[in-house]
Amino acid sequence: MRAAIVVFPGSNRDADVARALTQAGAEVVKVWHADTELPAGTDLAVLPGGFSYGDYLRCGAIAGRAAAMDAVRAHAARGGLVLGICNGFQILCESGLLPGVLMRNVDRRFICHRQLLRVERADTRFTTAYAKDQVIDVCVAHGEGNYFADADTIARLEGEGRVAFRYCDASGALTVDANRNGSLNSIAGIYSDKLNVLGLMPHPENFVEDLVGGTDGRGLFQSLAA
Amino acid sequence: MKARIIVTLKTGVLDPQGKAIEAALTSFGLSGVDGVRQGKVFDVDLSTDDRAHAETTLKTACERLLANTVVENYSIEIA
Repeated sequence: MRAAIVVFPGSNRDADVARALTQAGAEVVKVWHADTELPAGTDLAVLPGGFSYGDYLRCGAIAGRAAAMDAVRAHAARGGLVLGICNGFQILCESGLLPGVLMRNVDRRFICHRQLLRVERADTRFTTAYAKDQVIDVCVAHGEGNYFADADTIARLEGEGRVAFRYCDASGALTVDANRNGSLNSIAGIYSDKLNVLGLMPHPENFVEDLVGGTDGRGLFQSLAA
Repeated sequence: MKARIIVTLKTGVLDPQGKAIEAALTSFGLSGVDGVRQGKVFDVDLSTDDRAHAETTLKTACERLLANTVVENYSIEIA
């Protein structure tokens, strides 16, 4: 598994996701946002969390039009894997690789806390190390994570099994309290139509060491590196 | 040539910031405000004097970057 992490001005979680991928056995290289190509042999393109371009205009809007994103779009069109975490998910939506948009959190607050997620399916390249309906303990840290799309798009995502993760409680139930940012259908992450692009707001890369609170995030990177 | 682009949230899209502003206006006793929607204004300087060309340029700017048409509408005013 060869992963290319695209670094934008304002990315700040690139080192964490690099560490998580390396731990899982992947080879990692970093790519600058102005680069027009991904390194030869790239299996996975990663858009890390952070505040690309200071969140100017809209979160992910300017990064979504960066030169490197043309390369990421071409990679995705060839069936290559793409993972966007937090700001990376916002960039995927702004770049057209995933539908919908991440709006301001419903209570207007930046939220930063432990977060339980329900794994909706365990048969994609991103989730084979998990079980379907498994509840994993990771965290969220964002001000704009309120997933929104029109009714047709939501129906299509649901109908095609493209919801990857949902915010849930300890029993896996989708409660209002567990869905702090107000996302439609408690959506925390979605796949592209061919299931090769995943965007999610929570941070699995924060939870790959017991020393810092848990290891439930490892499954994502182990699935990719397997 | 100068132009102004106004980007607003589509009807029905939740606007937490607009709601907060509305609540703030009400909180200091201003009456008669039934709703607030927050948007964005872009003042753009154009090198062309050709109105049709300006419209095409601005429409492209809106569609490709300035508005997210999933949730936002835009309008273009050319001075």
